[in-house]
Amino acid sequence: MARITASVYTSHVPAIGAALDLGKTGEDYWKPVFAGYDFGKQWIKESKPDVIFLVYNDHATAFSLDLIPTFALGTGAEFKVADEGWGPRPVPTVYGHPELAAHIAQSVIQDDFDLTLVNKMEVDHGLTVPLSLMFGQPEAWPCKVIPFAVNVVQYPVPSGRRCFQIGQAIRKAIESFDEDLNVQIWGTGGMSHQLQGARAGLINREWDNRFLDRLIADPADLATMPHIDYVREAGSEGIELVMWLIARGAMADVAGGAQPTVKQRFYHVPASNTAVGHLILENN
Amino acid sequence: MALEKPYQDVPGTIIFDAEQSRKGYWLNQFCMSLMQAENRARFKANERAYLDEWAMSEEQKQAVLARDLNWCMRTGGNIYFLAKIGATDGRSFQQMAGSMTGMSEEEYRDMMIKGGRSADGNRYLGEDGDAQPHRQPQGKAGQKGQQ
Repeated sequence: MARITASVYTSHVPAIGAALDLGKTGEDYWKPVFAGYDFGKQWIKESKPDVIFLVYNDHATAFSLDLIPTFALGTGAEFKVADEGWGPRPVPTVYGHPELAAHIAQSVIQDDFDLTLVNKMEVDHGLTVPLSLMFGQPEAWPCKVIPFAVNVVQYPVPSGRRCFQIGQAIRKAIESFDEDLNVQIWGTGGMSHQLQGARAGLINREWDNRFLDRLIADPADLATMPHIDYVREAGSEGIELVMWLIARGAMADVAGGAQPTVKQRFYHVPASNTAVGHLILENN
Repeated sequence: MALEKPYQDVPGTIIFDAEQSRKGYWLNQFCMSLMQAENRARFKANERAYLDEWAMSEEQKQAVLARDLNWCMRTGGNIYFLAKIGATDGRSFQQMAGSMTGMSEEEYRDMMIKGGRSADGNRYLGEDGDAQPHRQPQGKAGQKGQQ
């Protein structure tokens, strides 16, 4: 049977991708950011996932205002890397796992979560920056990736509670797939940042760290936090953090299993406009 | 019946909700068109003529021509869409975000390196933080205005 072995959480700041692509990782500004992922890069070589279920948001790339799906599951075989206006990132094409994705669609929709299924879409920095942070610059990504795009651009976005619940449904789906697969679930975006208006540049170090504490120790309680708290405390784009609750909801302890082990915890300010946070939780 | 929108008393912030999205539909779709190199070239060659191909309001067109992102947002623009204009102009996300505060590029970058803008005083309209309406523009631009 397939099993979820771990969850990984990380910011997906586009400037991090640009720094990597342009060879700036050794610069004083970027060094501390990338150092926070040294452990993860080593860890993932040893834990080698077959598939990553990657929760991210599209930033007006695959989805314009013509179509705004709340939860979009990538069921296709391959996902090309988008040109977001600066030219496509020089990273490998993303290959999906259509069999597992179809199984997840069947299970999660029957569990009352009305997903949008996407066979053809391009993926942007929200998906590729986390892969780059964890895998560096390989010729090909070392595993399959199922993209799961969440609308956090146009309000109302899904609530933390809904995200936490859908994570639990995704866990149930993955763990009932017959093939023996090592699956990781990643939650990306955040942490505190605001990209607009006179309040642009907002960062809330204390709130972010409290979010990490609660995500680890009491995610069910964290999931009850209303959107407005994210906006006031972590900036209008800090709302991306609801996506972390999807990955957290898919961990074993939420379904009555053992508490996960915290393998890595990292926090740094700034990367461009944003606070960078990163966690690795391993199921026991 | 009016629906609950608890985010309207956050200073210096416009939440892009379904109502803003309705207002900004053509503005944002114009921005999306700039993801294609051919359209970027046509826009750069004659901005006004290119904008006139879209069912945008005159105010939206003026806001784009002025590259005033706060104005664009008030008329329904969303920052992830507006970023395509910045990409066309060769500007980074940090330059775009900074431009909305009135600070110079250097001032904004320095603020971020020092840990960013504090939430204190900036949670509700009527407090006294640096993002409040009575404290705009920020940075040297604002100090000049007070003298």
